[in-house]
Amino acid sequence: MELSVYLRNPYIAAGLAIIAVFLAFAALAEYIAPYSPVDSVAPPLQPPSPEHIMGTDNLGRDVFSRVVYGSRIVLAIVAMSIAFSGVVGSLLGLTSGYLGGLVDKVLSFVMDSLYAFPSLVLAIALSVALGPSPVNAAVAIAVVYIPTYFRMIRGQVLSVKNEGFIEQARVLGLPPSRILFKHIMPLVSGTLMVVFSMNSADAILTEAALSFIGLTVQPPTPDWGFDLYKGRGFILAGSWWLMAFPGLCITLLALGFALVSEGVSKITGAKLR
Amino acid sequence: MLRYIAVRGLLIIPSVLILYTLVFIILRILPGNPVLAALGTKNIPEEQLKAIMSELGLDKPLYVQYFEYLANFLRGDMGLSMVVRGRPIASDIADKLPATLELTVWSIAVSLAVGLGLGYIAARWGGRYFNAFTRLLGSTLFVVFIPALGLGLQLVFSSYLHLLPSGGRMSSVEGFRPITGIYTLDAILELNPKALLDALQHLVLPSLTLGLVISGPYIRLTLSNLEAVMGSKMVEAYRARGVRESRVVRHAFKHVLIPVVTYTGLQFALLMGGAVLTETTFNWPGIGTYLVDKVMYRDYTAIQAVILIFAVIVGVTSLVVDVVYALIDPRVRY
Repeated sequence: MELSVYLRNPYIAAGLAIIAVFLAFAALAEYIAPYSPVDSVAPPLQPPSPEHIMGTDNLGRDVFSRVVYGSRIVLAIVAMSIAFSGVVGSLLGLTSGYLGGLVDKVLSFVMDSLYAFPSLVLAIALSVALGPSPVNAAVAIAVVYIPTYFRMIRGQVLSVKNEGFIEQARVLGLPPSRILFKHIMPLVSGTLMVVFSMNSADAILTEAALSFIGLTVQPPTPDWGFDLYKGRGFILAGSWWLMAFPGLCITLLALGFALVSEGVSKITGAKLR
Repeated sequence: MLRYIAVRGLLIIPSVLILYTLVFIILRILPGNPVLAALGTKNIPEEQLKAIMSELGLDKPLYVQYFEYLANFLRGDMGLSMVVRGRPIASDIADKLPATLELTVWSIAVSLAVGLGLGYIAARWGGRYFNAFTRLLGSTLFVVFIPALGLGLQLVFSSYLHLLPSGGRMSSVEGFRPITGIYTLDAILELNPKALLDALQHLVLPSLTLGLVISGPYIRLTLSNLEAVMGSKMVEAYRARGVRESRVVRHAFKHVLIPVVTYTGLQFALLMGGAVLTETTFNWPGIGTYLVDKVMYRDYTAIQAVILIFAVIVGVTSLVVDVVYALIDPRVRY
């Protein structure tokens, strides 16, 4: 299908626009952020004003600058974890579905058990064990989402594996690896895109949750979830801007990916959830 | 039927075992000495460290620990806390579980109300744009970050309007003694209207937060099922006979309720994960808050117990849902 078909879909266009803004934040933080994210640049707890469009926090740091720099951590963690779980989950799903038999039964059962479990709780356990750091959080999130890719890819493989053209390929004596990657994989790509974007949205929320619990970065590193957690202590005093802007960014970025997923599933007809 | 329940029930065991094994490996083998991590210091005399290790059973070989813990867990003994020395974890969890149960039940009620309500409005009065918007809402509501929404609600309803409490389960109410630990139920059992009102006031914001965020699938399910039923011959026949539109929708609604209600089982993992964040945001003293507290103190034995409890809850709920489904849906053979 042509790329323009995707880009003309309003959901995908809106979603990509949102994602692009945050990617720009991450890539060009030095140029976009008006102040240093970690230095005190003004009196503390100033409400939003022309100089500080999102106000300042309890240490006099510019909230907007922290939000801009904070996009780096989220995007880096999410990109790392999605790449890992996507590759591992898809490979396992492909082989398990194609081979069938006992391997498939055992693997599916393990994956289903993990899938049914609240992903956030599992991610918390893994991050605790590995120790709080951005890389470890990425590993934890990656492991947690492997079953998502596994289940989806395996299901797709099962549905096409007995089609005539696969049987022909097998009769011709093509090696399984070639059948999997040349003949089955292309059919799965539409669904994979839907899962991929939906999963990115999920991963952003999980990352934010881990940060909120204090399992990713150490202060003074700017991070949306962690800043939100620290900002909560000031809302009873009325300083809403400390938590509102990081919170909004988490939801907006996740919304961007969810919109893309919605659009792609409309076009390809791939259903999820 | 009994046979179906028994077989389906037995299947919980391996899936809980898988999680237990995984958690055991993660928490015991990966890090260095868990006791040192929990204490947060390396400056502890060798002998004292050994004493703590043997008190917690950590000095035995790993495979002994693995089976011993499992056997104890099945008897309801979840071991001792690593941080609060000598504190049995099982009694902590028994204290916190009712709070989580109460929050999740009310949240499901909220999300059912939102899902069915929006579905009803869309089917009855909605046009093309309204329905498209509702469907989009259904597939994107999950992106709302629970702490952000929860704190936003606290800001408006507690800080500015002073209408609702910002956290906790109950202010002190005279003469109220929890029986089950589910406060709304207890207040009704004790015929204590003051306590009931107070408990409900504390429940509004947390259950609204969690309920809204997980209501997406209900919205989508209600909407698509209602649209299908509204276009069916059955509805056409009702209309042809001149039945009022509000009655037609009510008839159609009955067909939608069952799939929506049985879907609750699939929602459970999402619900439990959401409960952890909701509880933390509202200082709700359930097992979610307990887990996060223990995470901050690196109390490994307590973390392991909480995760296992989550696994058991998820296993049991999926069993209950499957059984209910088998009872309702004649197509399921058992």
